[in-house]
Amino acid sequence: MARNLKMRIWRGDADNGALQDVTVEANEGEVVLDVIHRVQATQMGDLAVRWNCKAGKCGSCSMEINGKPRLACMTQVASYGDEETITVTPLRAFPVIKDLVTDVSFNYRKAMEIPSYEPPANLKPGEARMEQIDVERSQEFRKCIECFLCQDTCHVIRDHEENKKSFAGPRFFIRIAELDMHPLDILKNRKQKAQEEHGLGMCNITKCCTEVCPEHIRITDNAIIPMKERVVDVKYDPVRWLGTKIRKREGIV
Amino acid sequence: MTNLERHSYDVVVIGAGGAGLRAAVEAREAGLRVAIICKSLFGKAHTVMAEGGAAASMGNVNDNDNWQVHFRDTMRGGKFLNHYRMAELHAKESPDRIWELEQWGALFDRTAEGKISQRNFGGHEYPRLAHVGDRTGLELIRTMQQRIVALQQKDGKTYQSMESHLKVFPELTVTEIIKEDGKVAGVYGYWRETGAEVLFEAPAVIIATGGVGKTFKITSNSWEGTGDGHALALKAGANLVDMEFLQFHPTGMVWPPSVRGILVTESVRGEGGVLTNTKGERFMFKYIPDVFKDKYADNEEEADRWYTDQDNNRRPPELLPRDEVARAINSEVKAGRGTEHGGVFLDVSKRLSAEVIKKRLPSMWHQFYELAGVDITKEPMEVGPTCHYVMGGVEVEPDTAAAVGVPGLFAAGEVAGGMHGSNRLGGNSLSDLLVFGRRAGMGAAAYVKGAKPVAVSAAAIKSAADRIEAPFTRSGGENSYSLHAELQEITHNLVGIIRTGSELKEAIEKIAEIRKRSANVSVAGGRKFNPGFHLAFDLDNMLLVAESTAKSAISREESRGGHTRDDFPQLDNKWRQVNHIASFNGTEVSVRKQALPEIPKELFDLFDVHELEKYMTPEEITKGGAR
Repeated sequence: MARNLKMRIWRGDADNGALQDVTVEANEGEVVLDVIHRVQATQMGDLAVRWNCKAGKCGSCSMEINGKPRLACMTQVASYGDEETITVTPLRAFPVIKDLVTDVSFNYRKAMEIPSYEPPANLKPGEARMEQIDVERSQEFRKCIECFLCQDTCHVIRDHEENKKSFAGPRFFIRIAELDMHPLDILKNRKQKAQEEHGLGMCNITKCCTEVCPEHIRITDNAIIPMKERVVDVKYDPVRWLGTKIRKREGIV
Repeated sequence: MTNLERHSYDVVVIGAGGAGLRAAVEAREAGLRVAIICKSLFGKAHTVMAEGGAAASMGNVNDNDNWQVHFRDTMRGGKFLNHYRMAELHAKESPDRIWELEQWGALFDRTAEGKISQRNFGGHEYPRLAHVGDRTGLELIRTMQQRIVALQQKDGKTYQSMESHLKVFPELTVTEIIKEDGKVAGVYGYWRETGAEVLFEAPAVIIATGGVGKTFKITSNSWEGTGDGHALALKAGANLVDMEFLQFHPTGMVWPPSVRGILVTESVRGEGGVLTNTKGERFMFKYIPDVFKDKYADNEEEADRWYTDQDNNRRPPELLPRDEVARAINSEVKAGRGTEHGGVFLDVSKRLSAEVIKKRLPSMWHQFYELAGVDITKEPMEVGPTCHYVMGGVEVEPDTAAAVGVPGLFAAGEVAGGMHGSNRLGGNSLSDLLVFGRRAGMGAAAYVKGAKPVAVSAAAIKSAADRIEAPFTRSGGENSYSLHAELQEITHNLVGIIRTGSELKEAIEKIAEIRKRSANVSVAGGRKFNPGFHLAFDLDNMLLVAESTAKSAISREESRGGHTRDDFPQLDNKWRQVNHIASFNGTEVSVRKQALPEIPKELFDLFDVHELEKYMTPEEITKGGAR
């Protein structure tokens, strides 16, 4: 059941740009990325859009659809009303390169600042033993497809460029939580670093990141809040604070 | 070009999927300065789409497993056309590569005793696939991506710069491998973001660009699978081996049209999913080929018992190698027993509870629910074959992954040929990436230590730059999107899952025609992130791949694995001794026959001679392998 779909597509670059109206054919079962591709093939050969897997697994086609951060490959055209215009714009938290493509290098720089996994020194290949229930806590965060929608929606950086320097964002809070909960990782001060170096304290748990996560990772409840609670525990509990000083432990447990 | 962006490295890796990243890790650990170039963002390569797992005979679930069993399964799956040495190295080294990932932080699903869990898969005698639910590829790529970062952090401490010795160049397309004096001297390409050109000078180049799926109409591959590495290697003077063998994965989504081709993991069958036609028949029992009759159950009762007792029952035929299942589905649909959308049914809801399905096949549940409105815990999926993997690829030396004929060039992963013979087993791809990615890194490191840097000449730069500029200098020429669509129609209709000589001949003519027209592609818009411009180069690569495939396919007058000829429907043991070698003279691809390397006696002796008789000529059997 082909129909004519009205779309508004943001076109431009870092210097200027505007929404352009187009009408494009849409067929049953199609997602927003399909119709963008049709526009590209038939009307705007140079329309820039990132995409890869087209199955919600790689997190490349992140954009804002009618103002909401979404994956274009997982957004059904039919989820909008027959007469509704679909407006697609680039991610707002990142600088525009061209059309729907933004410069997401902020995220890769932040990834390089997170201390890597540190295995026990004497663990030989194949000797690791872990319970399924223990790996599942970190596995939830390892489902992350790095679409950066959580980063895009997070109001700490969405309209506050100045915060980007000191704030890693939800994607990297779950990375830290993942390593913190990793049954084998031996680095002990991850939560404290999250607080002191990566801006965990700037998050005021509005859960916007959790809402937009296409993998349904419970970013706020399972990663951010538990880390915040533990950091607070140690920071404000004088006995535990003293303990960290007397026993000269590297950090908090 | 005075303001050309230039870089100089010991090794340039093209491709940031599993093989490329593993190669980069190895080369960096060997002390080299390494550049990783990829067409997409870092961490988006097609490896993330791999679902089922990585095959390695760790023996965690069934301790009868070992490298010899894995080797036998791999050779059988490839119908003995595999390069024996690659299959041997792969079977022997896979477990170490999986454990190594764990050392780098990967979190695989566990057995009750806390070891890495392993699941059943088509063609594997024992549960062998290390996995993370059905998102194993994501785990693999993320682990290596994070390993790269770990190495960069280490360099940061030593050299005060995290990117001085290992740097990722994302969204950059390589258009040419440059040779000087017959040896690799570097690569040339452009930033996708700006269209600006870049030269990398390096004595060694590792191609790890993955597959060619986008040459076909229905494919599980993303836009990146345009055979870039295959074409770059051909143009640099390397050979492509056995390009006729393409794997049509039996289960791709078929409805709605926008998702047609997207992969439905083999794990669905591994976990007990059953294939039926519209008459409700579990049809796979009709399609067990003679060579597999003693390994697969011929009745439902036995097949069902196998899920709980694998020692005393034969496997269900849904778990036959992929080529067999794909052909069976194709036949059912052709016989009019398919769905209205041209598929068959795959149902796991009757064997597993909703809770278990969502736990073991989470992304499948998600994919069908979100994209097709189907709840796989309650109803069957509609599936059909989709172009998934190319077995053919760059001819390499197995131990070093060095491309035959081009000093300084290496290839690993899907872009390399030989490992999988005529058909790849599921799960053998992820382990292939790790084993041969590492070997390519080692091979390049050894080569670089003995090689002098070669300077790239001004003439080579000019010629590469002219080629990039060309589509902008034309106006009113051909549209690359339309030519791509035409090519896909040709390959789909004439070089697809079932082939015949006359259609292949027609395909070769039509591909040549499109190639002529593609010389006149013009591009609208500027250089900045312009997909029409990008496709113009991808199209050129796909045309070379399609030509290699069609010409190899017309020459092979038999049916084997991922190459089925309607006019030569039988497996022919004489053809098992033949590899097809495609090469390029600058204007067209030619294909010649080359003798398959003879399997040595110690590997020959791993098989029951009666099994080998099904594949080998009497003379080969009498000889009993090379000594």
